[in-house]
Amino acid sequence: MNQNGHYREQLHTIVALVQDKPGVLTRVASMFRRRGFNIASLAVGKSEQPGLSRMTFVVTGGEDTVSQVTKQLDKLIDVIRVSNLSGEEVVARELALIKVRTTPENRAEIIQIVHLFRGNVVDVGAQSMVVEITGEEDKINALNDLLEPFGIVEMLRTGLVAMVRGQSNARVSDDVGLEQPRLSYDPEIRAAHMVTANYEGV
Amino acid sequence: MKLTGAEIVCESLLQEGVDVMFGLPGGAVLPLYGALAKYPQLRHILVRHEQAAAMAADGYARATGKVGVCTATSGPGATNLITGIASAQMDSIPMVAITGQVPRAAIGRDAFQETDVTGITLPVTKHNYLVMDVTEVAPAIKEAFHIARTGRPGPVLVDIPKDVLQGDKTEFVWPETVDLAGYNPPGDADPEEVAHAAKLINEAKRPIIIAGHGVLISHAYEELRELAEKAHVPVITTLLGISSFPTDHYLSMGMPGMHGMAYASLAIDEADLLISLGMRFDDRVTGRLSDFAPNAKIVHVDIDPSEVHKNVKATAPVVGDLKCVLKQLLPLVEPNVHIDWLQHCDTLRAEHPSINIRHTERLLPQFVLRRLTEATGGDAIIVTGVGQHQMWAAQYCAFSEPNTLITSGGLGSMGFEVPAALGAKVGRPDKTVWSIAGDGGFQMTLCDLATAVENKINVKFAILNNGVLGMVHQWQDLFYERDYFATVYSANPDFVRLAEAYGIPGIRVTEKNDVNAAIQQAMEIPGPVVVDFVVKEDENVYPMIPAGESVHEMMEEPLSEVSS
Repeated sequence: MNQNGHYREQLHTIVALVQDKPGVLTRVASMFRRRGFNIASLAVGKSEQPGLSRMTFVVTGGEDTVSQVTKQLDKLIDVIRVSNLSGEEVVARELALIKVRTTPENRAEIIQIVHLFRGNVVDVGAQSMVVEITGEEDKINALNDLLEPFGIVEMLRTGLVAMVRGQSNARVSDDVGLEQPRLSYDPEIRAAHMVTANYEGV
Repeated sequence: MKLTGAEIVCESLLQEGVDVMFGLPGGAVLPLYGALAKYPQLRHILVRHEQAAAMAADGYARATGKVGVCTATSGPGATNLITGIASAQMDSIPMVAITGQVPRAAIGRDAFQETDVTGITLPVTKHNYLVMDVTEVAPAIKEAFHIARTGRPGPVLVDIPKDVLQGDKTEFVWPETVDLAGYNPPGDADPEEVAHAAKLINEAKRPIIIAGHGVLISHAYEELRELAEKAHVPVITTLLGISSFPTDHYLSMGMPGMHGMAYASLAIDEADLLISLGMRFDDRVTGRLSDFAPNAKIVHVDIDPSEVHKNVKATAPVVGDLKCVLKQLLPLVEPNVHIDWLQHCDTLRAEHPSINIRHTERLLPQFVLRRLTEATGGDAIIVTGVGQHQMWAAQYCAFSEPNTLITSGGLGSMGFEVPAALGAKVGRPDKTVWSIAGDGGFQMTLCDLATAVENKINVKFAILNNGVLGMVHQWQDLFYERDYFATVYSANPDFVRLAEAYGIPGIRVTEKNDVNAAIQQAMEIPGPVVVDFVVKEDENVYPMIPAGESVHEMMEEPLSEVSS
């Protein structure tokens, strides 16, 4: 928090490996709601490991907030690993479908713009066409801005998915502190001090 | 041998070492009760309201350190558990709640007594399960107990549909291990973190320990005492940490915060290092965060990484099991005396005595609690409700043994005192257990006096009866222009006759001179008893740091009223 009590709002990308079980999305969403964290976007899908899904969150907030988000996420039993990708070299992509209003006169111009962005026209109707575009958020925003004057009928974005570049198995961000479980919990230590424990000689 | 889901629940509970559970049956959970009848090793204590089942399981867990178990039926049975579950979650209490659910085919159809209990309890449990197949019953219960008791403990709910409990039989296989890839509670801390903490401790001139509930949970009281004595560091205990350090120890500095000892809060204000052990910087402890411990660096040891930097930025965070961490830390801490600082703390104590029992005509609640703690030699388990009497108990009672103050700290649920005391006594039959109630909280759960009578649970129920919702009344007095709206109980029942209606003795005390005799008499009666202490109705708890303010706004007892 800064001195005026306002958080410096920033976008942070967080990736979580989670159990693919009923209710996991609810657990995650419930935690965000209850703790007052804001999700700018959320994308969920299968991971390379059977039975596990990967969630990509884009979260708004300062460093402290994001640190809390990652730790609170990691605390959920069904969440296996959390990585804060902020500040990492990542490949980040989002897919958008944009239905734009067309006339016979401007159709060619729109197609040209879409191709400039390496987008695809995936459906053409009499008065509109559907454009598919993949890229980072800025690129999609830019295309959106250019198509706006023609009239956007509908737009749908998947939310960002992100992956660290290079190392195939990079486990980013140690701020969660639990990526490598430390010396395992020792139940004997507890058992030895159950109930009967008392102060002596005080 | 093939067993039903209900029988598997019972076998699993036995595997987990459960010998007692608190509950109340209903339609959806009835198959479990059918099985329980065949398992006399599992003592079932029938309550009068499911809230009592959860809170009794909580009291049992706090008194013994073991996992408390409660059961209820679907729908209203399960929702009635929730205040107790939420209280356990806030205070990190190991608990497993087993609820019946409507049959699988009826789920989602708004069936009779159907509630989405796993949905409702999501934010107030450490984890929960909806068990949709009989083969998942044993693994779910094994995981539930593992999650409830390890790491930072908490309540886990297992919701089982009726047809899973009573339908197809399956072979009972008790899993050897739990498979929870996403759950790795820490043990030892990172040695670098510990070394950093030790360095700060060795450099500190005005250090203070704030010991929280984690000391009790981790059974780290001996290590705490060793640390305090080795470096001569005064020990402040949070409300839930109170019995982790002997009240009469020369380094004991009492409770801090809203109704804590003024000298404790002032010492925090002046300290150059807080050694915060298993505590979470609750707002009742810190007051306004920007003014909290302005001169101090902070060593913060907690088993839950998300507590680090949550409310207060730590200089040296240490994530680990407190007992392990203290074992790592102790050899690195140099012996020290801090003579000036200890003398200064004594001066603070002398200048701000903080608690004082005035000479008044009317019986004072503080007077009752002081007599009670003297009569029990600080050896009883004190179970309180929430409000003024809770704060006075924390201030005026002495504790010499761990887990002897049982109180709903985080959630602050009134009505906790009666059922939690039942659970505590069931768990520690060797101890004298006093339930300390206000007349408000007592009336929230007094129906479970019947449970005490029925099961011969020898709890002594003291009511500090001032005829008002005292703490709210105090806030109205101080902050709401003395508008005592909706805080006066003008038609309380006669608690003595009420006790008699339940078949137990009731004693009324209105005079100071009768307090000792009544306490003695209550302790000599070989069963539950209600003692109705009729006390002064407009007594306020001091010191007080108003909510959201700092130690500089602390109100100490108005001087005009103080006499020695």
